[in-house]
Amino acid sequence: MKKRSLFKRIFFPKPANHQRNTTWALVKQNKQSYMLLAPYFILFFTFTVLPVVIAIALSFTTFNILQTPQFVGWTNYIRLFLENEVFMVALQNTLIIAVIAGPVSYVLCFTFAWIINELPPKVRAVMTVIFYAPSISGNVFFIWQFFFSGDRYGLVNGWLLNFGLIDGPINFFRDTRFILPLLLVVQVWLSLGVAFLAFIAGLQTVDKAMYEAGAIDGIKNRWQELWYITLPAMRPQLMFGAVMSITAAFSVGDISIQLAGFPSVNYAGETIVTHMMDFGWIRFEMGFASAIAVILFLMMVGSNKAVQRLLRKVGS
Amino acid sequence: MAAPVISKRIHKSQFAVYDERGRKIKLAKRGKKLSRSTGGTIALFLFIGLFAVFMALPMVLTISNAFKPLDELFYFPPRFMVRNPTLSNFSDLFILLQQSWVPFSRYFLNSLIITGFGTLGHLLIASAAAYPLAKNRFPGSQFLMSMVILSLMFSPVVTGIPNFLILSQLNMINTQWALIVPAFAASLGLYLMKQFMEQVPDSLVESARMDGCREIGIWWRIVMPNVKPAWLTLVILMFQALWANTGGVVIHSEELRPLTFAMNMLAGGGIARAGTGAAVMFITMIVPVTFFVISQSRIVETMATSGMKE
Repeated sequence: MKKRSLFKRIFFPKPANHQRNTTWALVKQNKQSYMLLAPYFILFFTFTVLPVVIAIALSFTTFNILQTPQFVGWTNYIRLFLENEVFMVALQNTLIIAVIAGPVSYVLCFTFAWIINELPPKVRAVMTVIFYAPSISGNVFFIWQFFFSGDRYGLVNGWLLNFGLIDGPINFFRDTRFILPLLLVVQVWLSLGVAFLAFIAGLQTVDKAMYEAGAIDGIKNRWQELWYITLPAMRPQLMFGAVMSITAAFSVGDISIQLAGFPSVNYAGETIVTHMMDFGWIRFEMGFASAIAVILFLMMVGSNKAVQRLLRKVGS
Repeated sequence: MAAPVISKRIHKSQFAVYDERGRKIKLAKRGKKLSRSTGGTIALFLFIGLFAVFMALPMVLTISNAFKPLDELFYFPPRFMVRNPTLSNFSDLFILLQQSWVPFSRYFLNSLIITGFGTLGHLLIASAAAYPLAKNRFPGSQFLMSMVILSLMFSPVVTGIPNFLILSQLNMINTQWALIVPAFAASLGLYLMKQFMEQVPDSLVESARMDGCREIGIWWRIVMPNVKPAWLTLVILMFQALWANTGGVVIHSEELRPLTFAMNMLAGGGIARAGTGAAVMFITMIVPVTFFVISQSRIVETMATSGMKE
């Protein structure tokens, strides 16, 4: 550190321990930490924080990428909720998927992890791969086309025809009755991801002595053991897994586009994500698409916060 | 029922249970048979067995289809398993890709560049930021971490449009940087790395600091070698994300697109390409799954610390 001049030392004496308590001094003290943080957080602000701000700002404008955005107030939101009937379909579909696929996938993630945990390590490793593989295999969900292909070469149609249950092949991914349920099945199949791994790992860290102690303390069956010992010990992982599951359940869009088409028949597979893509990348109504994005953002963050609050009560 | 707080082993076959105030409640035998009913066990394993079949069937079909000759792919009634396995789908795929306008090797190189740089950059930049967040307290550290956690709560689809605008302002549209640079700042990687780094003993960091080591040196020479399982986890997660990315709206030149884009075009090619499509799906599936199988134990080790505190 540079030595202060004699003049300064005489006329502006440093009060002892004063500067160390100010925020600025702490910032200076941790200069090296900030330098390590800088690359990440510059990018994080550019590609995560700033986009959210821009999306909110754009949602109050009309914008087609070429001309400057025009401020239009709440128009986009009013149009979205009052005039856009397809959005209501998309909203409904997204909520159905989120409310069913989200919790189902979450519960399955935990249940599988819990049962797998009692298997010998070798078997456990194999089972982990079986359950986790779909979620990491890229676009392998195309394979569902082979099961539910619309012609008689599709496996399900073939079986049904063979047993005489139907007269002609059903065009599953083009039939409004089947699109949403099938998307739900595919989404659940795909969704045993990071949350599942977190549960597997979390279960292995629960102190074994806790179980033994519980057994002496009068825990009668595995369900009580689950509720009084395992779940409370796993609470941090449960929180993390919930965030992963909820976020995934609300972002369904890609599988709908790839399997049911874009747009899907009668919008039966339309979700908020596909609706946003439709307005953003096909019609270039970026302001309107941003309003849709903001709604989706609020839904995701809102339900995440609500579920976090709920999970705090586990085991009590 | 109040759960016992501490249990302490006092002998190989005996342990004591204490309550909150440290009073001994009881002594017990170790390895006491835990409360398990046979019926429940059978039911649970039946349940998980059924679901394992449901999860595995599509993957098995993917493998089986890839080795089916064309006449078996269009056989009625359709067959699930392959009868006369052949490699012709793969050789067809290879021929097709060689004849395509953009050579196969170019797609492959693009994928390699994108996943390679993106993964490496993400690992370095995210772990550099994770170390101070895990080990130091300074103004803003908690705020920054809560921003990262908040960003886990929404998916990047929400920010697609503004991201496109930002990338075009940075002149990155239609370059591979448009996929690589945003990947550096993925939040899941930072989060997992930070959680894992908290396990590194403080004393290790402190003693390095006493020796006059700078923060960047502590990060690189002390902390990083201690969190190798987490490296692998970040690499795998980022590799999967980038490997599956087709370039979407940010890359539109054919010769800059990654392999997955070419693969998707082939897989979606309909009846004429059913054989090669099946081969493509097999390849896109087998690469990430193999990676996971190899690194499974390390990933699970990292995930053990993934939990969120209230």
